[in-house]
Amino acid sequence: MPEKSGAEILIDTLVEQGVDTVFGYPGGAVLPIYDALFQQKKIKHILVRHEAGAAHSAEGYARATGKPGVVLVTSGPGATNAVTGIADAFMDSIPLIVLTGQVATNLIGSDAFQEADTVGITRHCSKHNYLVKDPAELATVVREAFAIATKGRPGPVVIDIPKNVQVATASTDVKRPPRSRFTYASEADYAEINRAIELIANAKAPILYTGGGIINSGPAASEALRELAELTGAPVTSTLMGLGAYPASGEAWLGMLGMHGTYEANMAMNQCDVMVCLGARFDDRVTGRLDAFSPKSVKIHVDIDRSSMNKTVRVDLPIVADVGMAMRQMIDVWKGRKYKKQPLDEWWSRIAGWRAVDCLSYPGSAQEIMPQYAIERLFEATKDKAPIITTEVGQHQMWAAQHFHFDAPNKWLTSGGLGTMGYGLPAAIGAQMGHPDALVIDIAGEASIQMNIQEMATATQYRLPVKVFILNNEWMGMVRQWQELTYESRYSESYSDSLPDFVALAEAYGWKGIRCDDPAKLDDAIAEMLAHDGPVMFDCRVHKTSNCFPMIPSGAAHTDMILNADQVSGTMDDEAKALV
Amino acid sequence: MHIKQELTERHVLTLTVDNEAGTLARIAGMFTSRGYNIDSLTVADISEDHTTSRITIVTKGPPPVIDQIIAQCERLIPVHKVTDLTEAGPHVERELALVKVHGTGDQRVEAMRLADIYRARVIDATVNSFIFEITGGPEKIDTFVRLMREVGLVEVGRTGIVGLMRGADAS
Repeated sequence: MPEKSGAEILIDTLVEQGVDTVFGYPGGAVLPIYDALFQQKKIKHILVRHEAGAAHSAEGYARATGKPGVVLVTSGPGATNAVTGIADAFMDSIPLIVLTGQVATNLIGSDAFQEADTVGITRHCSKHNYLVKDPAELATVVREAFAIATKGRPGPVVIDIPKNVQVATASTDVKRPPRSRFTYASEADYAEINRAIELIANAKAPILYTGGGIINSGPAASEALRELAELTGAPVTSTLMGLGAYPASGEAWLGMLGMHGTYEANMAMNQCDVMVCLGARFDDRVTGRLDAFSPKSVKIHVDIDRSSMNKTVRVDLPIVADVGMAMRQMIDVWKGRKYKKQPLDEWWSRIAGWRAVDCLSYPGSAQEIMPQYAIERLFEATKDKAPIITTEVGQHQMWAAQHFHFDAPNKWLTSGGLGTMGYGLPAAIGAQMGHPDALVIDIAGEASIQMNIQEMATATQYRLPVKVFILNNEWMGMVRQWQELTYESRYSESYSDSLPDFVALAEAYGWKGIRCDDPAKLDDAIAEMLAHDGPVMFDCRVHKTSNCFPMIPSGAAHTDMILNADQVSGTMDDEAKALV
Repeated sequence: MHIKQELTERHVLTLTVDNEAGTLARIAGMFTSRGYNIDSLTVADISEDHTTSRITIVTKGPPPVIDQIIAQCERLIPVHKVTDLTEAGPHVERELALVKVHGTGDQRVEAMRLADIYRARVIDATVNSFIFEITGGPEKIDTFVRLMREVGLVEVGRTGIVGLMRGADAS
């Protein structure tokens, strides 16, 4: 009976699962796996510069390609450094397989060198995890892990592999099928779909509130959404995670909703009579004050995860299903019953009134680059190139969501749930690996970019032409904004002091560096960035104290948006301060 | 500002789970990490081939939180089935306690008499102590333990409750 080492079985099973790219960093407890990688040609290994970069790169790869991202790191610090990326993937439902080395089974629990309780640490920030103690189990565990990571609500799965399990051999003949130990929703119950369609067809003021679940469901779900919006005539808004599922150029598009969403999207959410939540989860950044959230509406919630139902907002019709399939069923029922689009003129005229507020307008400047203007110009210069945009976390992220417009899914990669600064650059690297010919831009802030700036070397090594567009205002802008709004402008530790010279830094890493602080020269500078066939770091010096509006302050209702700086009081009561 | 407290309900949940390393930690840890309460938890292997365990959890929370607890339990990969016995209707709950009392003379006689009334069995005896074994619903055991405090309680060990639906169907 042929026998192979655990490391070889692992590589074989990854290949069998269709893996061609792994993001990782070697170390003592994964040396046998790295040796097996060295002796094969089917899997390309991308050497990151920090394990957090590996996890975020795999996330970017997964989000941009729809395939699971694979991470390989060593025990102890290798695993703990990857934890933020695992938690990030868990919050944003990104399929990852995270392979961690572990000390030999006989050393587990002895405080051995580079030992950490990886399964313990990752238990509650992964969809599932394993400690494999026998090489004969390895293939089965890996197959099961891919199924768990990708089916139902996707998420990260951690496989912890002790070093002696990588070295020891086992028969490769054993083909125990993976246990089908979990069930996941697929099609919706037709009775529920019928009820949903009746509610939508009779609504006077319906709204489709869409989220990242539609992206996760695949391109067919985005197609179904477009058709459903067309059939019903209902306006469409989206969470941060769902941008691109419905085209921003579409007629029914209201813009993003929530804390920094548009006035029209939030007012429409507040005033609607039927809300159809499709693959979103009523996050606190979306709902604002819960007791004032959309008081008049009947709420339909389609989600693949039963635990998302009634978690924060009580809904009238929960439908546990794959959102793409459920929308397809809705379309079939609508057509089958020959429903006609409702005359929603009154609803649309109210929406037109809210749109007229022009909530995304901002004060212009001929001397300084306004951050919103920078995003607008970047969008104009790249919109015909179908760019993939990643972001870090903060003001720049919200400005990008507001002023960059997405017409297709899988083009917008951002850390929504966990809000991880340092996500954008490694995610861009992962996305570029998945789409070598695409234009990939990380829209960053000068503070966030420094959290994983070491990954510049990864882009250099693999000749990945990613662009990093830094809105440099010399502040941790969102922190500064909250301090201005809530703490009477006491700017505690939010100034980005001792910044590096980003152009010199770019050159040190073998990148091109560009700096621009003049709005008149911005278009030329952006063109220069796009023309360069290689990685570019763009230090865009923007107006330093711009705030991101509109904004629903924490603890406020959708109807209490701050539209501009004149409405800022500078203080907040304790109840509001206590909210995140 | 003060922290607000909500009214809570007691619910008994039973979970059928894979009998494998880490399952209990996964479930107990999920309760802690999401801020849910565990009043008691029992677990034991219940299948012939040792692949399946049943966990009984007594928890407290407002009704929407109980719903979330069930959904979050169901979301865990090794959890096959969750039943809310409190919601499901008639069911039995039983708990076993071992109760050690120390005393001589009248106190000892009184302990014995009370044990008899509560149908507790003596499973260990010395000239100045008893260990009683008592089974029943948690209230009966609470009451018995309270009475034993008056007559020389030394220590108590309790299993936490296990429960099943009444009738012929599996819960």
